[in-house]
Amino acid sequence: MAVDEKLVRRVATLARIAVAEEDVPRLAIELSAILGFVEQLSEVDTQGVAPLTSATGDTALRTREDVITDGGYPQEVLANAPVRDDDYFAVPKVIE
Amino acid sequence: MSDLTLLTLLTLAQARDGLRAKDFTARELASAYLTRIDQSATLNAYILPTPEIALATADAADARIAAGDARPLEGVPIGVKDLFCTKGVRTTAASKILGDFTPSYESTVTERIWQAGGVLLGKLNNDEFAMGSSNETSAFGATINPWRAKDEKPLVPGGSSGGAAAAVAARLACAATATDTGGSIRQPAAFTGTVGLKPSNGRCSRWGIVAFASSLDQAGPITRNVRDAAIMLQHMAGFDAKDSTSRDLPVPDYEAALSGDIRGLRVGIPKEYRTDAMPAAIDALWTQGIDWLKDAGAEPVEISLPHTQYALPAYYIIAPAEASSNLARYDGVRYGMRVAGKDIDDMYAKTRAAGFGDEVVRRVMIGTYVLSAGYYDAYYVKALKVRRLIAEDFTRAFTKCDVLLAPTAPSAAFAIGDTEKSLLDMYGNDVFTVPANLAGLPAVSVPAGLDENGLPLGLQLIGQAFDEAQILRVGAVLEQAAAFNTQPQDWWSA
Repeated sequence: MAVDEKLVRRVATLARIAVAEEDVPRLAIELSAILGFVEQLSEVDTQGVAPLTSATGDTALRTREDVITDGGYPQEVLANAPVRDDDYFAVPKVIE
Repeated sequence: MSDLTLLTLLTLAQARDGLRAKDFTARELASAYLTRIDQSATLNAYILPTPEIALATADAADARIAAGDARPLEGVPIGVKDLFCTKGVRTTAASKILGDFTPSYESTVTERIWQAGGVLLGKLNNDEFAMGSSNETSAFGATINPWRAKDEKPLVPGGSSGGAAAAVAARLACAATATDTGGSIRQPAAFTGTVGLKPSNGRCSRWGIVAFASSLDQAGPITRNVRDAAIMLQHMAGFDAKDSTSRDLPVPDYEAALSGDIRGLRVGIPKEYRTDAMPAAIDALWTQGIDWLKDAGAEPVEISLPHTQYALPAYYIIAPAEASSNLARYDGVRYGMRVAGKDIDDMYAKTRAAGFGDEVVRRVMIGTYVLSAGYYDAYYVKALKVRRLIAEDFTRAFTKCDVLLAPTAPSAAFAIGDTEKSLLDMYGNDVFTVPANLAGLPAVSVPAGLDENGLPLGLQLIGQAFDEAQILRVGAVLEQAAAFNTQPQDWWSA
């Protein structure tokens, strides 16, 4: 799969990374190389094989009671916020 | 080295026993390490030494030892890969995007080590978000391998746990915690003449560890020898309700498992791991390893893992896919770096462009692509199906053998900034380590010899799920037969 520059820009948008215009051609080459490498999986016959999503086998994930077990310390939660307003994370205005 | 810094030559087991026998104090031991860390800044193994914490904890350890109340790791100085959240101590994953992130909580694994009496020496360098095989993708610069060949070129320590491996090899930590997603504990251990153990997925809690690829990530130790790895695992492993993939299984006594007796054990030799490209020294060491285990009474059995060649391509879909999802959280809102933008989307995109290094950008983009509409089935689901075939290869092999023996890495440590190496050459470093991550199996790298340039090489034992005790037992036999006791010559001290 050859990745063209248009696709690089599209994926960058999806990934929310402001890729600089001068990096687009290099990324097109690099992503093409990686996708070219993984392409060999198409040789493998996977007819009837179920996807394996977990490295702990097919054991079902544990569930727990749906109750609050943590929280109540906004100062700790907010301690690393780049910008905060009172007990809230502050972001640029979202609603016009 | 002064008499005091000679204490850094002790193994973890020796340091533990010496502390308990009051041959020296925890403060003396911690000071010895802090002095060596200070003298070894050239290696760039530590990105944040924590001398105040080390000395204060060491004093508390001395008080407990004096009171006859010593815990299992009381006073033992430990380095921590900067992927583990440490309460009140900056944690960066070696990425600019985390800035001065200072967690208000402690990872489960490190908390267990402190509860057992361990002493934090500092945070260790790694590839950014653990994405790399050379430690060169760190935002803090490359770690330099304490080992070097005759040409004296600076070599990589491997990655992503390059700082941890370099620190243990250079005697800048008694032992270190590390993580392994595709080989990040074992390959650097092989490159630095240390022991690196990746436990079964679900054995050590992932809680509080910066996530890379959650179905593959696993914490484990890097140590001077196999016994030390067993001791460290003892105090890292165990069920944790805070990690949904943590398995509620008993944790055996790993040190007691080192019986030295492997008579009748069937050692599987995966024939697909023997490739034309394998350097002669590694091929010869592997053969030697088989002979050592045979001499100890084990029975080698040739086995087949037919999907081996597809492990790396499957990994390079699954790991980036999970990474792109995990790293979505770095958006400049709750922690770390923020770059202002004209609106919130622009802020996200600018923050991520400024905060992520090149390798992270590549992997997030690959992950985003293989998960995007129209490509999800062709790439991601296909890779998960191949992952099952790889896991089934191991299940079949383990009907014929008890453990597998293979090389850890396809080469010895290579030069920093080797521009001859393409991106895919770099990814190829993980060719022998990735299958165990995909299948969730425990594996340990043991230093077993030197190549023609005097650089260490490792052999890897892969075990059945949750049977870390077995690979440690065999690893100790391998270690004894190899009698690997070479240390890097100290060329770096200032």
